[in-house]
Amino acid sequence: MAALERIPPLVVASFLPHSLCALVIKYESVIHEFDPYFNYRVTQFLSKNGIYEFWNWFDDRTWYPLGRVIGGTVYPGLTLTAGTIWWVLNSLNIPLSVETVCVFTAPVFSAFASWATYLLTKGSGAGLTAAALLAMVPSYISRSVAGSYDNEAVAIFALIFTFYLYIKTLNTGSLFYATLNAIAYFYMVCSWGGYTFIINLIPMHVLLCIVTGRYSPRLYIAYAPLVVLGTLLAALVPVVGFNAVLTSEHFASFLVFIIIHVVALVYYIKGILSPKMFKVAVTLVVSIGLVVCLIVVAVLVALVASSPTGGWSGRSLSLLDPTYASKYIQIIASVSEHQPPTWPSYFMDINACFSPLSDASSFVVLYIVMSVYFSGVMVRLMLVLAPAACIMSGIALSQAFDVFTASIKYQLGEMSNSKDDVKEKISTNNETKDDASSAKGEKVAKERPSKKGKKKEREPADKPSVKSKIAKKKALVLPLEASIVALLLLIMLGAFYVIHCVWAAAEAYSVPSIVLTSQSHDGLHVFDDFRESYAWLSHNTDVDDKLASWWDYGYQTTAMANRTVIVDNNTWNNTHIATVGTAMSSPEKAAWEIFNSLDVKYVLVVFGGIDLNINKFLWMVRIGGGVFPHIKEADYLRDGQYRIDSEATPTILNCLCTGTNLSCKFVETDGKGYDWVRRTEIVKKNFKLTHFEEVFTSHHWMVRIYKLKPQKNRIRGKGKKLKLKTSTGFSKTAKKNPWM
Amino acid sequence: MKKNSSVVVDLLLLLLAITVLTTPAFSDLVLSKVERRIDVTSQIARVTKTLKRGKRKAKRFLVVAAFTNVLQPFPEKITQRDIHLVMLQESAQYLSPYVVESQSLSIKLPNARIESYTKLENSKVQGSEIKYGPYKNLAQYSYAPIVVHFESKAAFAVAERLVREIEVSHWGNVQVTEHYNLVHRGAQLKGEFSRLEYQDRPNPQGVSAFRHLLARLPPRAHSIYYRDDIGNISTSQMQSDSKKTELLIEPRFPLFGGWKTFFTIGYGLPLSDFLFASEGKRFLDISFGSPMIDLVTEKLIVQVVLPEGSKDISVTTPFAVKQSHEIKYSHLDIAGRPVVVLEKNNVVPDHNQKIQVYYKFSNINLLSEPLMLITGFFVLFITCIIYTRADFSISKSSAAYLAKLQWDEVLATLQEVQNIIQKCLAAHDKLEASLRDLSRTGDIQTCKATRKSTDSLLKDLSKELRPLLAALQSFPSASQISPKVEELVAKEKELQEKLMARHTTVVEGYEKKSSGRDIENRIASQQQKIIALRQEVDDLLEFIDEI
Repeated sequence: MAALERIPPLVVASFLPHSLCALVIKYESVIHEFDPYFNYRVTQFLSKNGIYEFWNWFDDRTWYPLGRVIGGTVYPGLTLTAGTIWWVLNSLNIPLSVETVCVFTAPVFSAFASWATYLLTKGSGAGLTAAALLAMVPSYISRSVAGSYDNEAVAIFALIFTFYLYIKTLNTGSLFYATLNAIAYFYMVCSWGGYTFIINLIPMHVLLCIVTGRYSPRLYIAYAPLVVLGTLLAALVPVVGFNAVLTSEHFASFLVFIIIHVVALVYYIKGILSPKMFKVAVTLVVSIGLVVCLIVVAVLVALVASSPTGGWSGRSLSLLDPTYASKYIQIIASVSEHQPPTWPSYFMDINACFSPLSDASSFVVLYIVMSVYFSGVMVRLMLVLAPAACIMSGIALSQAFDVFTASIKYQLGEMSNSKDDVKEKISTNNETKDDASSAKGEKVAKERPSKKGKKKEREPADKPSVKSKIAKKKALVLPLEASIVALLLLIMLGAFYVIHCVWAAAEAYSVPSIVLTSQSHDGLHVFDDFRESYAWLSHNTDVDDKLASWWDYGYQTTAMANRTVIVDNNTWNNTHIATVGTAMSSPEKAAWEIFNSLDVKYVLVVFGGIDLNINKFLWMVRIGGGVFPHIKEADYLRDGQYRIDSEATPTILNCLCTGTNLSCKFVETDGKGYDWVRRTEIVKKNFKLTHFEEVFTSHHWMVRIYKLKPQKNRIRGKGKKLKLKTSTGFSKTAKKNPWM
Repeated sequence: MKKNSSVVVDLLLLLLAITVLTTPAFSDLVLSKVERRIDVTSQIARVTKTLKRGKRKAKRFLVVAAFTNVLQPFPEKITQRDIHLVMLQESAQYLSPYVVESQSLSIKLPNARIESYTKLENSKVQGSEIKYGPYKNLAQYSYAPIVVHFESKAAFAVAERLVREIEVSHWGNVQVTEHYNLVHRGAQLKGEFSRLEYQDRPNPQGVSAFRHLLARLPPRAHSIYYRDDIGNISTSQMQSDSKKTELLIEPRFPLFGGWKTFFTIGYGLPLSDFLFASEGKRFLDISFGSPMIDLVTEKLIVQVVLPEGSKDISVTTPFAVKQSHEIKYSHLDIAGRPVVVLEKNNVVPDHNQKIQVYYKFSNINLLSEPLMLITGFFVLFITCIIYTRADFSISKSSAAYLAKLQWDEVLATLQEVQNIIQKCLAAHDKLEASLRDLSRTGDIQTCKATRKSTDSLLKDLSKELRPLLAALQSFPSASQISPKVEELVAKEKELQEKLMARHTTVVEGYEKKSSGRDIENRIASQQQKIIALRQEVDDLLEFIDEI
């Protein structure tokens, strides 16, 4: 019966994220941002050409002239998922377009994710609360709104579900669940690079269990099949391939795999030997084991040392050392998603952490500690933290509710029962008072750190005290008034959380970023300039024309305009990007030469004046300078700043990007050449382009497309000479020509 | 090139057939009067001819024809700031195989700005109209070429291909979806496009580009959308009243000469306005062409999608079209929906006449899809019910199956144990309550009575518990659990004893009439133990609960 009662709220909880995410389609059902457009394009290809073509897909529409092997360089999980959904629907004669399926994949999977959270959290109340929280937590909503068709959309579900199956296997010791776990892990590997989080976290937990002496056959069953099957399956994904055994992100799991076998052997021997014999055996095994370990460590060290980055890929290194990226890889640092978050973004994203936690298992504790650390390093990993935080606060909230409602119930019963049982009441009151006050203090305490984001320190400190407190709470009851007030406070907090989430979802995360809006006195203004220019490109340029733009717009251009681009958001070739950066930051003629050598016909620049700014330009210079030393950042700086006013350096004024962007047309718009963002007057006006011509500018001037002019004919003086020469030459040959 | 051809592309409306005139038998015919009016205010040249035959009993013929692609832009390429000039080539005299006694021609231009025109005798300009003639007694096949070069501000919007899908749903909706491949067929843009210049002049004199198109949709059109491949286009306005719905759409970017774009508009119409019944058949009565004003369609494909199960389909059109049939599979179709495909080249707004699609359809078909869904879900739920209720294990003697059976038994036993323990705890609570009553009323006798009854109850319960414990121990699969259960039972026993002891102490205290504080002190140590024990019992119960 209890299970039956749980079903309706769970259904509600799993529909909630879907409806919430679908409701926040503020403008239209459209794919958001940049990367989702690439995924959308890949899905289109998949649905059109089938799976085999997809694996072999060499995309010649991007990274011209290099191209990109899409089949081998994408995580195919998301694409295959959406492709399968589309295929199933269409074979049932439900004609949904690929776009619709892509737009709604994320909300559907967020429902799955909250269902998985329910399973992972266990316990009806806590599970439901956690699922409901996850359905709303802004940092997850940012990836699960309709249209956010990115890897994380399905990966978070896969992550939570893998953890659930791991815990399930740990509890039951069933090989069936262990196999399922490996398959779930495989799905995770398919969908997101973040799978390394799993393959490091689970070994860590296994190690923790072994160290705390909680080794059991169930632990072995939970772990060993996962490593063996999981690694084999992971190696099947082309983008991972042999990385699954070669890179050091995976080494921890293998090490723990060896350790767990050693431990299993020890337990086995312990079981069959008498204690005396066991001691002898221990010394034997330890000595042999040490030797083996030494060899393994030596091999590992050798392997790691032999690879150029020490075996760690760049992004992982930037995780371990937050300053790594800015030091060595300009591109990684320039992606805002890869940057350390600002503390306010913690408050924005994880408002959920009001939590005295109860019987959180060691795994969940480990999970939250690790995810807090990683999200501190990279904003994007905030996503990993969100489910952990939800689980914790789900447990906490339901616990708190339990205590308060139970005490209210008890006291109401008491009131009807007796009035003069003073003595006992006094005794309970005495104890509960300080309990209540400490609970309140704790609540104040727990809100503050969540604002400051100091969860790391808070976590271990809170736990022991909380545990003992809950033990007390069970035996004792809170006074009626206090518990009612606390209950109301909790409900209010919950309500604020919901309001905050809905607000965040509606305002911050539902904007598809290709459409901008501004609110003015005469209503809403829609800036649809990007799509305007992509539409122009797709209908009014030749199919095989090449387009150069800064890499941010690469994915969108290929997906929406269907034109070949030089660089795109998959920043795999630094030199290529640097070439474009160099061209953008070179004087017009040099830029023309670079673009011409790349066979570029059109150049798309985002206009710097009205809405966006030239911050991108800074990166063009830096990345260009990283490869081509003649581009020096210092040339563009005056007093350590980019200036385009009267104190600007000559280099910056002559370069293409700023030249075309700022100086050229501003003069004409308001006659002064005024940069609205910087409130400065641009010094160089009346700029005339000689090698490029403007072919399109969008309605609000955000996007401008220039065409490379064909090479000019020889100028007069030289031309005349040439003409003279050729004509004389011709006449001579004509004379000599025996046929005439 | 289509563009340069000034041939008669389409002879549209023959109000009276002139086939009579073309037969050689009447070669001695004389046309007494021919009046021609050519209207070139839009991109389509509309020619109205009034022909009179005979002198006394004059027969009048009216011929209306619309020509596309006869207005050539000249110059062919203009810059953004140039005015848009077009050229019309015609004959001032009516080209006919018969003698024409009197003929005149007037050309209606969009405005008074005329670049040049061929000056013949009897030609004059009146405002925005050029008049040639009247010319008297023209011989057969007389011909006088003229060229009129003038400014045109009309939008030269041409749909290279337009697909109109009209889907009939008997649930009350006719859904129309129109896919436009639009091109501006005016003079091509030369040089660069300057947005600044374009925005500087909101109403430019020479229109090298057009901004919007007007679609006149039927009244009561609803759920209108306007989008393209990459999403919604937000630049459209709608006005509607009881007679019409006007949709003003603006393409994503202004269309200059030679520029192309693609978009889709869709709208729903109420079924009752368009579907009628006659003679046991139903027929859809809907207009053929595009609702856009002054749009030339080079290739129009109209697909009328009828509901699944329609039969005996026939189409009547006021003009000749190419017909074919297709099948379309849409939402939950099995047999597919019959589609009538009508194709026509060079369609002008004058073609916007009603076509009728007749078909037979029985209302039972309407219910087929809901019934299918209901059956589907019903089968699904039934399968689920059967699957959960029935035993599907292949071998009834396999180890796993036996283990499962045994495990079920273990769980059942555990449930019983739990129930008994709960009962015990309830008894404890009763005991406590009796103590409280005692402190309130001081009635020792009732208290003792309660204690006796609880005592016997607890004893009964422990008797019941014994066989269960034994059974639990006998199960090998319960080896992990049984110690816990035993511990639970032991703890419960202990708790019971402690409670009893406390009860005795309190009752004794009351019997001895000692003060409340005294009793309190005496039981204080017991009290703590009881609380601790109760806690342990609760924890154990929770643990068992989780299994």
